[in-house]
Amino acid sequence: MRAGMMEVNYEKVKKGTISFFIHCFLAIVSLSCLFPLWWAFASSLKTQQTVFNDLSLFPKNPQWENYYYAWAKADFSIYFLNSLFYTVVVVVGVLFVASMAAYAFSRLQFYGKNVLFLILISTMMIPIPGSFIALYVLLNKLHLVDHQLGYILPQINGGLALGIFLLKTFFDDLPKELEDSAAIDGCGRFRIYWHIALPLARPALAVLAIFNILAVWNEYLLAMLVLSSKQLMPLQRGLMVFQGAHITQYPLLMAGIVITVLPVLVVYLLLQKHIIKGITAGAVKG
Amino acid sequence: MNFQKIRTLLGGYLFILPAFLFFIIFSAYPFFKVFQLSTTSWDGISPVAPFVGLDNFKDLLMDNPVFWHSMKNAFYVTFLALVVQNSLALLLAFLCDRDIRGGNVYRVIFYLPPVLSGIVVGLIWNWIYDGNYGLLNHFLTFIGLGNLTRAWLSDPQTALISVSVIHMWKGFGWGFVILLAGLQSIPRELYEAARVDGANSWIVFKRITAPLMIPVFILVSILTILGTMQIFDIIISTTGGGPGYHTEVPITRIVAMMIGSSKFGYACAMGVVFGLILLAISMIQIRVSKMMRQV
Repeated sequence: MRAGMMEVNYEKVKKGTISFFIHCFLAIVSLSCLFPLWWAFASSLKTQQTVFNDLSLFPKNPQWENYYYAWAKADFSIYFLNSLFYTVVVVVGVLFVASMAAYAFSRLQFYGKNVLFLILISTMMIPIPGSFIALYVLLNKLHLVDHQLGYILPQINGGLALGIFLLKTFFDDLPKELEDSAAIDGCGRFRIYWHIALPLARPALAVLAIFNILAVWNEYLLAMLVLSSKQLMPLQRGLMVFQGAHITQYPLLMAGIVITVLPVLVVYLLLQKHIIKGITAGAVKG
Repeated sequence: MNFQKIRTLLGGYLFILPAFLFFIIFSAYPFFKVFQLSTTSWDGISPVAPFVGLDNFKDLLMDNPVFWHSMKNAFYVTFLALVVQNSLALLLAFLCDRDIRGGNVYRVIFYLPPVLSGIVVGLIWNWIYDGNYGLLNHFLTFIGLGNLTRAWLSDPQTALISVSVIHMWKGFGWGFVILLAGLQSIPRELYEAARVDGANSWIVFKRITAPLMIPVFILVSILTILGTMQIFDIIISTTGGGPGYHTEVPITRIVAMMIGSSKFGYACAMGVVFGLILLAISMIQIRVSKMMRQV
């Protein structure tokens, strides 16, 4: 029995050592992910005088008023509310338009269905890096440059291809019986979609919503091209404007960064399972 | 055809009408407009856009070393991302695929940088790399390598690689998540059956893991190429393309041509050429996806 235990212990020690080193490695990589964020947070609590020399990760006299200054004096409240507004509007728009089209492609019969579906989905496959120039020209013609709609509408369009694809796949797998019985009861197409199909699609809608929340909240290029008045800028654009104007005001810049990141962090930590599901579904889209 | 049937048919079109309007206005129109504008010397303001045929393309191909330099920079970052970032992602995916304690915690942490915006990431790293107060220099001094300190992002020798490191830091968690999902979709029974048949770890890897993972790895690689070639946010929030043209990438060049120089026509030609290069890569992606479906 003793000899047996010795053997087991040897195996155990070997396994334990390997897993110890694996954990060390994973922990180092984890630290490298977290450290810059914590560093930004710690720096946001230092003063303009101490920030360059005080390397502490837990500042002794946390300057919480930096957040007040960033929020109230450095316009981050405006940027924050704008980001919130754009995100909500774009996400609602994407969910509504994409789910309606996806429902039709999955359930309704009409000529040219497959071709139209492929055309809509093709935008997902073909990267058109220069198209933002033409988009800008178009928005200019429509007088939507430096206008909220000029920032909102292209982003709704940007979310449609993936949205239609994901939701159609979801509707395809959904049993039809409920909808059929509703149709027999004399329910119109739109009411069936709105009252029956859409509530059933909630899990897929949630994945799509999270996906788009992150995309809109983090968007920069379009905001840079389209929006030039501060009153309309979202956070990413606001951060760049702030850093351009006050390049050395690091504590306030870092406070602005924390304000920008915090909502993403909360959404991510609450919904990380769905997010990761969405990423994998989105990646294997072809 | 009775009334009911017509109604049903029309119903389908009404459902896709909003999506189609968006598509035509914001996808199709810009797509074709870019081609049309690329044959003009339009400045973005004047009412007429003088037609110049293929002059923009000729100039771009023959006489625009800065653009091709930016393309080279993008390829450089892409190459690093493919080799370093994806190797790291793959290694981490393998490690976390073992039933390791806290595997989910690692996954949540690794995927943190990818959910941040390129702007935020760039602005934070700006400071890490700073020549006077940067953390990296502090750290190097601390471990006795003070002679290596420099302004990492404004030194021509290190600017591009420093930017690449930021990009890879932001991106590896994304590859990791997809590769891990791929690994976890391999049925455990396959492994067990192979074990029962007496296969060792290497055989299991060679016969089961590798063949099933190759399509996923190719997919991740192609998406890495497409994503990295179009890098912009991290560049604009750190170097802005400098010093000189050392970190210019195609998108920064297109934006500079458009906003900076008001050469809309020329910028469109750049977009078309760059788009064609990316399209070629996308074609491969579609082929690979088809291959994946057959597996």
